[in-house]
Formats: sequence, C-alpha cells, structure tokens
Amino acid sequence: MTNLKEIQEKVNYDKLFDCVQCGYCLPACPTYETMERETHSPRGRINLVKMVAEGKAEVEDLRNPIEKCLGCMACMTVCPTNVEYNLIFEGAKEVIEDHDVKPAALKKTEDFIFNSLFPSSNWMGSIGNAAWIYQKSGLQKAAQTTHLTALALHAGRFERVMPDLPSPIERILRKRRVLPDYKLRTTVAFFTGCVMDAMFFKTNQNTVELLRLSGAEVLMPKGQTCCGALHSHAGKAESARELAMRNIEAFDLEDVDYIVNNAGGCGAKMTEYPQLFEENTTWHERAKEFAAKVRDISEVLVELDGLTFTQPVQRLVTYQPSCHLTNIRRICDEPRMLLHAVPGILVKELERPDFCCGSAGIYNLVNYDESMKILDLKMMDVKERKTNTIITTNPGCLLQMKLGIERHGLEGEIEAVHLVDLLMEAGPSAK
Amino acid sequence: MNSWMKKLLQVLPEKQILTDLADRYSYSFDASFGEYLPEAVVQVKNNHEVAAVLRVANVYKVPVYPRGSGTCLSGGPLPVKGGIVMDMSQWPEKIEMQPEDLIVKVSPSARTSEINKAAEAYGLMYAPDPSSAHVATIGGNLAENSGGPRGLKYGVTKDYVIGLEVVTPEGKIIKTGGQTIKNVTGYDLTKLMVGCEGTLGVITEATLKLISKPPATQTILVSFSEVRTAGKAISKTLTSGILPAKMEFLDQACIRAVENFQPAGLPIEAEAVIIIELDGHPESLKVEKELIKGIMKQIGAVDIIIPKTVEEAAGIWHARKQVSPAIAKIKPTKVSEDATVPRSRIPDMLDRLNEIKRKYNVEVVVFGHAGDGNLHPNILCDKRDQEEMLRVERAVAELFQAAIDLGGTLSGEHGIGTMKAPFMESELGAAGVDMMKRIKNSWDPNHILNTGKIFSEQGQRLVLRHD
Ligand SMILES: Cc1cc2nc3c(=O)[nH]c(=O)nc-3n(C[C@H](O)[C@H](O)[C@H](O)COP(=O)(O)OP(=O)(O)OC[C@H]3O[C@@H](n4cnc5c(N)ncnc54)[C@H](O)[C@@H]3O)c2cc1C
Ligand code: SF4
Ligand code: SF4
Repeated sequence: MTNLKEIQEKVNYDKLFDCVQCGYCLPACPTYETMERETHSPRGRINLVKMVAEGKAEVEDLRNPIEKCLGCMACMTVCPTNVEYNLIFEGAKEVIEDHDVKPAALKKTEDFIFNSLFPSSNWMGSIGNAAWIYQKSGLQKAAQTTHLTALALHAGRFERVMPDLPSPIERILRKRRVLPDYKLRTTVAFFTGCVMDAMFFKTNQNTVELLRLSGAEVLMPKGQTCCGALHSHAGKAESARELAMRNIEAFDLEDVDYIVNNAGGCGAKMTEYPQLFEENTTWHERAKEFAAKVRDISEVLVELDGLTFTQPVQRLVTYQPSCHLTNIRRICDEPRMLLHAVPGILVKELERPDFCCGSAGIYNLVNYDESMKILDLKMMDVKERKTNTIITTNPGCLLQMKLGIERHGLEGEIEAVHLVDLLMEAGPSAK
Repeated sequence: MNSWMKKLLQVLPEKQILTDLADRYSYSFDASFGEYLPEAVVQVKNNHEVAAVLRVANVYKVPVYPRGSGTCLSGGPLPVKGGIVMDMSQWPEKIEMQPEDLIVKVSPSARTSEINKAAEAYGLMYAPDPSSAHVATIGGNLAENSGGPRGLKYGVTKDYVIGLEVVTPEGKIIKTGGQTIKNVTGYDLTKLMVGCEGTLGVITEATLKLISKPPATQTILVSFSEVRTAGKAISKTLTSGILPAKMEFLDQACIRAVENFQPAGLPIEAEAVIIIELDGHPESLKVEKELIKGIMKQIGAVDIIIPKTVEEAAGIWHARKQVSPAIAKIKPTKVSEDATVPRSRIPDMLDRLNEIKRKYNVEVVVFGHAGDGNLHPNILCDKRDQEEMLRVERAVAELFQAAIDLGGTLSGEHGIGTMKAPFMESELGAAGVDMMKRIKNSWDPNHILNTGKIFSEQGQRLVLRHD
C-alpha cells in the first residue's frame, strides 16, 4: 500500500484544488492536440494526480500521462485561476521516480542520459571540462554499447545536426573576466549552461561580447554547473537540489547585479531554485537571492540599451520562443524588440509561436515519436511563413529546429539561429 | 469483457474505445461538481459510428453520456450511472461557410469561437458568445442552449439554429429543420433538441444562421453608490428605445476581487457598476451614447466613464472577463448559479440575495448579464469544509426559490443537469414535469441517453458535499 500522505505532500495536493476544471487550457496543450484524449491534457493530468493522491488510482496509472507531458507550461499561461502546474508536474514526476514504476528500457535510457551525458550528482565537473557531453558521433556509439536500441536508433539523427565542437585551445583561452571599452555600466556574471557551452560555445562567446559592448563587465565564475532543469523534470529532485547548491555557491562568490543566461530553460529553472528548498532555511534564502538576479540575455540587452546595429541583415525571419521563457519567466517582448532592432530583416510571426516545438529537455530523446508529431506541426507553421531563418532562444529548441529542418528536407533553405548569433551578425557596436 | 463491450469492438475501431482507468477517470468530470467513473469512453468521428454505438447501447440497455469539451457547469456530461461516455470532441472539425445564404454548416466538435472566426472572414458574425466559446463545442452549446453577453440584443443559441442532424437514442439518423430561415413543416424538433442537454438525441451536424457584423462598438462604464439604483438603471435604459448589445453588472465584491487580482482601474468605492456595449453605425452610436449619459445622470449614477481608445475599451472588457478567476481567489470553491428573473425584478432579486447571504452566513458575489435578467450569483466556499457546504446547499435551495417567487427561472444558460434537477417541479409544477417526462419516454424508451439528468429521482436533493 502506497503512503498517500507522502504522495499528497509531493504533488502539492492542496494546489490541485486551484483547478476548477474549466478546460481553458485544452486549446493550449500540444499533447492534447496530438494525442487526442483528455488523459493527455493539463486538466486530465491534474485530475489524475488528484485521483492518485486520493488512492482512487495507482501511481502506475499516472505514469504514461505524466511521461508524455512536455512540461512546456503553456497551460499555466492561459489558466485563469493560476494553477501552479509546474509544481504539480514535478511532484508527480518525483512520485513516479520513487515508486519505481518506469519500464526497464526507459530507466536505462534515463540512466544513460543522466550519468553519461549530463552532469549528475556523481559528475560535478566545472565548465571548461565540457567535452563530456559528446564527441561528434559519440552519442550514437555510446548508446549502442549500452544496448539502448531505441535511443541509438534516433541518436544518429541528432548528431547530424549538432555543430562541431570548438578546439580545446579555444576553450582554455577563454577569459574569465572581460571589461567594456568605455564606461562601466554594470557588472554581471554569465551562466554558461552545460548544453549551450558544449555545443554552442560560439554563441556563448557572442553573448559575452554583446554584454561587453553594452557596457557590462562580465564574469564567468568557475565551479558553475548544469542548472538541473532536466533532473527536476525527470523527478530527480535530489540531484537538482545538489546542482542548485553548487551554482548558488559558485555565484555567491561574485558581487554582481545580474546572473545572465542565454538558455530560456536554464533561466526558468534558476528562478525556481527557491522551490527546491524548504522555506525558512538558509538555503531557501540564498536561493531566493540568487533567483532574484537571474536574467535572460534579451532582458539585459534591452535594459542596458547600449547597442546599435551597423550591418543590415538580409534575412526573412520567424521566431520560435522558448516555452519556459514565455510561460515561466513570462518574457515575450524583449527578444522581439531586439529582433526588430536589426536593420534589414523582415520578421514574420508564427501563427502559434507559443506552441512547443517538442524538444522539451530530453523529451525528444525518450519520447521520440510523440516529439516528432509535435515538431511536424511546428514545421508546418514555419513553412507557411516562407522565411529562411528560425530564431530561437534556447539550445534545446535550436537543436530541435535544426532537426525539423533536416526532417522536412529544408537544409539550405531554412537555417536555425540563436538570437544572440543573429545580433552578432548585425554588426553590433556600442552606442 | 462484458458482452456490450465486445459488440462495441465490432462497430468501432479499437483505438476509439478507451477502457484504461486513467482514460476513464479523464472523462469522469466536467466543470461542475462530482466525478463518476464510466466503464468505457468512445471517441466517435461520424454519424454512423454514433448510430452504431447507440444501437448497441439500446439493445444492452447501457447508459450513454454525450460529452463535448466538458465545460458544463451543471453536470450535463457526467456519467452518473456509469456506462459509456461518448466523446464528441475528436470528431474532425468541419465549418462549411455559405456566406451568400448567411448560413454555416458545422460538425458537433467545432468550437464556437472558430465558427465566429470563420464568419468574420466574410464580414459576418455568429452572435451567441458564451465566455467559454474558445473551448466549448457547438454541440455542447446547442445541447445547453448557451448564451453570452450579446444575448441581450441578439438572442442565444436557439435563435441561430435552423437545421440539425440528430441520432436518436434508438440509433436512427434524422434531419430536423432545413436551410431556410422560415420553416413551419411539422413540429419544430430543432427547437426541442436545442437545450435538451443531450437527453433526447446526439447532435451530429448543425446548420446555423449568421448575421452581418456591426461596423462599430462603443463601451460605457457606469458606477453606482447603491445596488438598487444600478438595477433600476437597467430597466430604464431598456425602455428608452436603445438596445445595447451587452449590459453587464458587477457588484462591489466582484469589482474589488478583480482589482486585487489584476488591477484594471475599476472604481473600488462603487457599490456596483454596469458595463454597456452599444453597437451599430458610428453615427448612431454618437447619439445613443449621449442618450445613455443623460439617463444615467438622471437616475443618480456616480460616475460615467467613456473610454477614449479601443485599448481602453478592451481593458474594461478584459476586467469583466477576469471576474470569474478573480473571485475564485476569495475562496477555493465556487458554486456558480445562473438564476434569471424578469428584468424589472432585478433590484428585488439583489435584495433577496443579500438576505440569503446574511441568513446562511455565506459569501455571495453577484455579476452577470443583467441586461437580460440573467444574474450569476456565486457562492464562494471551500468544498473540504462539510459544515460550510451544508449551509451552501441550503442557501442555493433558497436562491432558486427566490428566483421562482419573482417569476423567474432556475437557469438562464447553464442548464439543469444533475444539480438543479430536484428543483424542477417547483418551477414547472408536477403536470409540467410529467409532460416533459412523456417526451423523454417516447424518444428514449429504454432510458439510455444521458440518464439521471434533468429529472430527479424520488427524494433526490442538491448535494455539494462528498466523502
Ligand atoms: C469558465 C466558464 C464560463 C462559462 N461561460 C458560459 C457562458 O457565458 N454562457 C453559457 O451559456 N455557458 C457558459 N459556460 C458553460 C458551458 O461552457 C456551456 O454549457 C457549453 O455549451 C458546454 O459545451 P461543451 O462542449 O463543454 O459541452 P459539455 O460540457 O461536454 O456538455 C454539455 C452538455 O451537452 C451535451 N452534449 C455535448 N455534445 C453533444 C452533442 N453533440 N449532442 C447532444 N448532446 C451533447 C452533454 O451531454 C451535456 O449534457 C461556461 C463554463 C465555464 C467553465
Ligand atoms: S485552465 Fe486552469 S483551472 Fe482551467 S482546467 Fe486548466 S488548469 Fe484547471
Ligand atoms: S505542460 Fe505543456 S504538454 Fe504538459 S499539460 Fe501543460 S500544456 Fe500540456
């Protein structure tokens, strides 16, 4: 017999009553659209969590509906009663993890991803040592040798769209502190992110340069690590907490105005750090201070307003916002303001920009088929815009859009680019 | 596997029959109270599938519960006797515009806002505008005869239906009405189906009337220091020769809840406000606006706000939309009623509500489509508090009685379903209810379609508590 009290605590049972079952979230939910049943809708999931917490259904009944949830949190933005689905979702994930009801194949895939791919509690390497994530073509091989047939099957597709790794020299030569040329306007710390830093090293360098040109002193604290979002979303609350503590300590050493990131998903997780710790503890307080400083690069660039763009960019652009930037951080305008500041480009909004691309952390690795259905809907929307560039604000989305381009045979016609790289292309200089 | 389930597998593709516990629980609720676990959920996608399922159900006497988006506020789609939930929402959406005839043919799954969007592309409008239009299906709207703020000038769903395709509980596909505006051939079964809450047939297609979209609108916000004066202002306006498109009422509790939730600049000192929308030609709007100002001043309004920009007007209507979520913050459970009274009795109804509030010591807030007498008294409570819920049950019963005493009705738009069934006889009398039951019996001799709704069982009472 499962301990209901414990389940109720984990899933934030009281918060379930905020849901009045109005159904307003149904039209916003990608999986309700692709999987065509209420079981895979926010309202259905919340109700199931309640049924499990009341002992009317088993944890096993909850597994599939929760596993298939993207965690995109589009439901939160449209919910009229502000149901905190993020807490309910992560709580449910934790309950599932605790109850050991995951099928063996999924567990193996997750173990592989968390122990070999992303920093786990055992792996606490600092940045600079980022070659862990993969050597090009390493992912598939690693998956093959661990007999993860399903993952190995698709890993090749991801690898094809991954950028080349920078040379170790470039990484070693990276400066830990840069200063603006003219007046110093602010001091910020840069959170590099693990995926961003491994795969999109150049984008990170560009981010630092844009900050510098805007008048910021930029520090890159050693000892920072993965934000823990993926761990949280997989129900590994303990690992997420450990990673959060590492980061809070790493950034505590620096006296900065902001902690800047360029990955919507990481930024969202870092503002949620206080939720990982019990209230009225020192760690909770430290997490609150940390979270209050977290900013997306677009917010800081708009606030500093220190750039002019000198180089017209001949691109037709559409914008795929990061779900967590939109739905958790509620940042919608800033990236668009920056886009419109670039001379020469033409921006065409997607019909449904707030519809997830299906990347969703490791969702596209563990739920490949479901993820591709969602990606295909996104690509239809993209194609109808008839643009040649998709701008994103998160590494996961960037990879997924690259995958979408390849999947739909659009290589050479459409390119996926991080907002920061587009801004660099536009010849930024200090105002 | 029981025998009717085996038969279902013969008439429907297997993936359209859901029997997992998780799936069944996901169709066990709507936006009202209670949860009832069905034995199976079927997702139908054409009229033949509907007919086939109903024929099986009719032979095996298994209850069938049609369900659209499950936004019903009166328990309409709840499978109160188990059996089969018939999910209409995954039916491929069809919205076939015939702009030159000002009609549109739609599938039962089409969402109401999508129908209006399709009409707007031709400068037309589908007028009924329930707040849930972007989620609810037209099938649900038809079954509940839903309406919204625009009902004051343009009427409700039933005023826009000219033809239906319906599957009877015995599994026969019939057509009612047609494609013409005038039609007096035989009994008006179309109107009988609309508002039947899915107890007489399953609607599988509808032909709806469209009207041309008014070229301009004008919003006016009027505040009052007395609730009764606001009530009087409504009748006074409506008898002055002006027919606004919308006339919405908010009491002070609602105003303050909205301002606490998402400040919108509503006057928090006012005891009540009325939000008016005029529509029509820009020139006539100018005249009507002045007339309304005059009426409001004369009756003793404290303030009259005329928004200067489209954005300001949208802000006021956004605030109106926030009432529902905002009041949910006062207390977690919302018992939302929609008793409706003749328009001249609104001030009396407001007094009665005040009495009820004091007598049972419950939190009551009032807003609604006051222009057509359709108030939404909401009782705010906590369903985990059994003692409070008992008081709420009594308050609701008295509220219904008050509406009936004043010559009104139990429900203006949300329907009877399970919640109001016990009060039917006090409004309609025993003979009235009996005639309705006879209609039900002749359409559905085996009582398989949405059984347990509208008509109460011996001794059934309103129950908002559960163990
Ligand atoms: C936040 C909120 C605001 C609302 N605002 C309004 C409002 O302003 N005005 C208003 O009138 N209502 C309102 N409602 C109530 C509700 O949205 C309406 O009753 C709506 O018409 C229900 O549509 P649905 O598709 O969700 O149907 P469901 O709730 O699934 O079903 C409603 C009823 O219709 C029957 N039914 C569904 N489809 C069919 C079919 N094809 N054939 C036969 N019977 C069928 C069901 O058996 C059930 O009895 C609101 C509800 C919510 C939650
Ligand atoms: S919109 Fe919010 S309150 Fe409504 S059903 Fe979804 S989660 Fe529940
Ligand atoms: S998080 Fe995204 S996928 Fe999950 S229920 Fe909400 S809207 Fe649907």
